[in-house]
This record gives sequence, structure tokens and C-alpha cells, in this order.
Amino acid sequence: MSVSTPHVSWDLVTDWEQLTAYPFMVQALEAGAIVAVMAGAIGWFMVLRRQTFAGHTLAIISFPGAAAATLAAIPIAIGYFGACGLGALALAAVGRDGRNGRAGESAAIGTVQAFALGLGFLFVGLYGGQLAGLESLLFGTFLGITKGQVVTLLCIAVATLLLLAAIARPLFFASVDASVARAGGVPTRLLGVAFLLLLGMAVAATAEITGALLVFALLVTPAATAQLLTARPALGLVLSVVLAFLVTWLGLGIAYFSPYPVGFWVTSLSFGLYVLVRLAVELRHPDRGRPTARPPGRGRPNVRIPGQRTTAAGGPGQRTTAGGAGV
Amino acid sequence: MLGHEFMRNAYLAGTFVALACGAIGWFVVLRAQVFAGDALSHVAFAGALGAAAIGIDIRLGLFAATLAVGAGLGGLGERARADDVVIGTVFAWILGLGALFLSIFVSGSSGADGTAAVRVLFGSILGLSAGDARLAAVVAIAACLALAAIARPLLLASLDPEVARGLGVPVRALGIGFFLILGAVAAEATQAVGALLLLGLLAAPGGAARLLTDRPWLGLGLAAAIAVGSMWLGLFLSYEIDSLPAGTAVIGVATAAFLAAAIRDRVRPFPRIAGRTANSPVGARIEL
Repeated sequence: MSVSTPHVSWDLVTDWEQLTAYPFMVQALEAGAIVAVMAGAIGWFMVLRRQTFAGHTLAIISFPGAAAATLAAIPIAIGYFGACGLGALALAAVGRDGRNGRAGESAAIGTVQAFALGLGFLFVGLYGGQLAGLESLLFGTFLGITKGQVVTLLCIAVATLLLLAAIARPLFFASVDASVARAGGVPTRLLGVAFLLLLGMAVAATAEITGALLVFALLVTPAATAQLLTARPALGLVLSVVLAFLVTWLGLGIAYFSPYPVGFWVTSLSFGLYVLVRLAVELRHPDRGRPTARPPGRGRPNVRIPGQRTTAAGGPGQRTTAGGAGV
Repeated sequence: MLGHEFMRNAYLAGTFVALACGAIGWFVVLRAQVFAGDALSHVAFAGALGAAAIGIDIRLGLFAATLAVGAGLGGLGERARADDVVIGTVFAWILGLGALFLSIFVSGSSGADGTAAVRVLFGSILGLSAGDARLAAVVAIAACLALAAIARPLLLASLDPEVARGLGVPVRALGIGFFLILGAVAAEATQAVGALLLLGLLAAPGGAARLLTDRPWLGLGLAAAIAVGSMWLGLFLSYEIDSLPAGTAVIGVATAAFLAAAIRDRVRPFPRIAGRTANSPVGARIEL
């Protein structure tokens, strides 16, 4: 771990003192920690639900929101939250169409994203000139965070995490096996919408700091790594949060001592970690596929497995030949 | 409008790029690989910025990056289709690389104030030279021809890989070939509509066509037609309305087409064209 500060001394205490010498860096570290905890937790569910495309799209949608807020001269946070909230609702409406399956849904998500980007481009054009601002919209201003922003961020993160904790159990159940959950009386559709809204909130709060393009790195990569490492939900969640926190702080630390941007270091560290873990897992279990989080066998004795078949067969669009069953 | 040379260039490049995007987009949607297409469009952005950062020709960086990542994604084969987490992870890192190249590029050249980045991100179809436009048209036509050459086996491999494999169709090679074509088109289209708006020309016409019909060749034609129509109408609108950027206009029209198709699909009480049930073999297959 001490390799993380190659340009400075090997004495980590001195390094830490250098790192925290300036208030902007302290605030960046605080904001980074808050963002990492929130993104790690929400991202774990996002990866579990295989909604990475939706997550990326929400992250992108924050960009036209910010551009519109700049254009209308209202607080930029309103733009982020408004756009991400609307985007989450749009994605929820789009995902509802089960008949067209994954293909139809992904085409719709892609269209939403492209349209949002087009709007963002229009707003930037209307605003005129200030093209340099575009980069901070897309890639964030990690090192320009104020004390007030940190407090706001903390409040949003606490609210998001409390709400997530409130729906965590049924959400997990619904994510792992939607049809059984539905049969067990869990409102899966409502949970899906609620989760997208939470994801939108987290993205909106994060986008201001990491930029629209890099929010996604903190959401997806630590969570994907955690799910490679363990199939146990509680452990996986904690691991995802810890990994997100580690890569963020390490990334900030390295970026402080290097000429390259924070976003590059955070994404590279988390991607490197993911590749290492993936290689290790595949070496240890060459025959095993990627483990996904499953409910532990001892929990929920009231899960009726036979019910799965009846509900699945009752759903629309399930009448298929057996050819692809092995997928 | 066509009296201006830049508009003629825009129409020449735009028509063929849209044709290629629409046709490929239909397969992208059919194969449920829109996220991979999205990733490729961001790769194009990172590649172009990388080339700009090192100071080589942007087009070289675009093609090198998209073809390499395209081959990689195609090589993942069946797993890439299911595993959007892997795509997401790789692509988050590529965005980080983009941030790195952008910072090198912006700090390295004093004159560049990020305009090049904006051009790569959002394209500059109205700023193409006659040579650029011709090159774009040639690349797009070549991509269409390559797609036409593998269209039949690719359709079979997309609809039912198991059966296709049983019939001796090289499913994996087709997947890689398809991604190489997609990569080439992504690289070329980035010049016209920009890396970030490319997704709209891939997803919206393909998605709309799939909502409108289950017949494969009709859908393919429809997707290409919607894409070309969006391009024409979008260019016209952006010419008429001063502050409307061309990319936004094109994507706006394509999105409107998708919305119209989705509304038509939802309000229609009877099953789709082609006399099949609503649970068509095409739609049902993809759900797996």
C-alpha cells in the first residue's frame, strides 16, 4: 500500500500530513469518502440487478440537467436532481414493457441516453462559448469542493442509504428472483421504480463531484469486484463499500502527487483490482462461472420453489422452445 | 440549402453514415448489444482524445481503439451478451483513460481549449470537408457491403446461436466480424455525429424497427430508412433553426421515430405484422 505515493517519501505519516495540508484536499477526501460509501452500496444492488446500462444512462442524464441549470441560471444541484429524477422515471416507464424483453428495453434505454446527450449538447450550445465548463460537467471538479457541498452531500447520502436500508431486504429478494418474490407478495415493480429513483439520487449527488462520465466507475467496478469475491449479500455489500472507499482515497492521494486527473486514477485502480480478482477467481475455480449473489440457504424458509415454475409460466413472453434454456 | 458546399458534404456523409448505423443498429438491437454499442461509442471518444494527446491523426486513433475493443467484445462472444457488468467495468476504465487523455491534451497544447474534445464528443457534420465527406461515405458503404455479406448467417446466429452452431455456422467468428464492422462504423460516424450521439443512430432506428415489425429483412430496411430519414430531416431542421446543433436535431428526430413506434406498439390492439402472435419467435428468443 505504501507504493501508492511514489513521488514522495516512504513515510506515510508525512505523506498524510502533506495530503491534508490544504482544505480543498480535506474536503475532497471527505466528499470522496461519502460518495464512495453511497456508490458502493447502491452500486452493489445495481450490479446484482444487472442494471449497469440504466446506471450509466442515469449518470449521463445528469449532464443535460447541469447544462440546463447553467443555462437557466438556477442552482446546478436542482438541474442534477431534476434531470436524474426524471430520467429514473423515464427508465422505469421504459423498462415496464416486458414483452419486448431485454432487446427492446436496452434499445429504449439507449434512445433515452442519446436523446439526453443531444439535449445537453443543445443547452451547452445555447449557453454559448463556455466550452471549458463542459469538461468539468463531464469529468467533475473533485478538487474544487466547498464545505457546504460536503454537508449537502452528507445529508443526501444519509437519506439515500436510510431509504436503501429500508427497502434492502425485499429489494434483494426481488432482484435475485423476481418471479418468486412476486408470488410471495413483494411489490417488485414498485421496488424497481424506487431503486431507480435512489440510483438517480445517488448519481445526481455524485455527478457534481466526479462528473457525469465517471460516476459510473464508482458504481459498477467495486460492486462487480465484490460480487466476484463473495456470494454472501451482507459481506458483499460491505466489501463493495470498502473497495469503493479504498480506490477513491488512493486515487485522490495518487492524483495529488501526480500530474494526472483523479478520475483516471480512481478508474484505473478499481479496474486493475477487478482484473486481478477476476484472474484469481478463475485460476482457483477454472470450471466455475462467475458467482452471483444468491440468498443463503438457511434464510427465508417460506420461499416456495415450486411456485417459481407456475409464476414463470404465467408471465408473458415466456413461451419459447427449449433451445436456449442452457444460457 | 444544397447550394452551400458544407450542406452538400453533410448530406453526402450523413446519408451513408446513417444508412450504415441504421442497418447495423437493427442487428445491435436484435442481439441485445446496445450497451456494447454504447461502450464502443465511448471508446471512440477515448481513442480520438488519445490520438490527439499523442499528436497523431485523430482518425487513426478512432479506428485503432474501436476496432481493438470491438474485437475484444466480440471475442467474449456469448458471455459478452449476457454480461453487461463486464462491459460496464471495462468501459468505466476507458472513460477514465478518456479523462487522462483529455487532461494531457488540454495541458499539452496551449491553443487547444477543449474544442477538439467537444468536436469528438458531439461531432461536426457541418464542418466536414469534401474529402472527409467522401471518405465517410466510402467507409460507410464498405461497412454496409460487409454487413450484407454476412447478414444471412448473422441473422441466424443472432436469433438462435445453438441451432446456427448445429448447422455449422461459425457463430463466434460472426460475432467478432459484426463487432469489427460496428467498430469501423463507430469510428467513422464519430466524425459526423460525434461519439456520444452515435448511440442514438444505433439504438433508436433499430429499436423503432423492431417494434414495428418482426420480419427480419423488412425490419432491417425500416431501421436503415428511419436512420437516413432522421439524418435528412435533422440536417434540414438544424439548417432552418439557427441555434439547433445538427447532432441534437438528428437524435431528436430519431427519438421521435422511436417514441412513435413505441406508442403505436402499445395502443395497437391486434398482434404485429406478419400474422404471428405477439410472442413472436424473435421477441421471445431475445428474452432468454
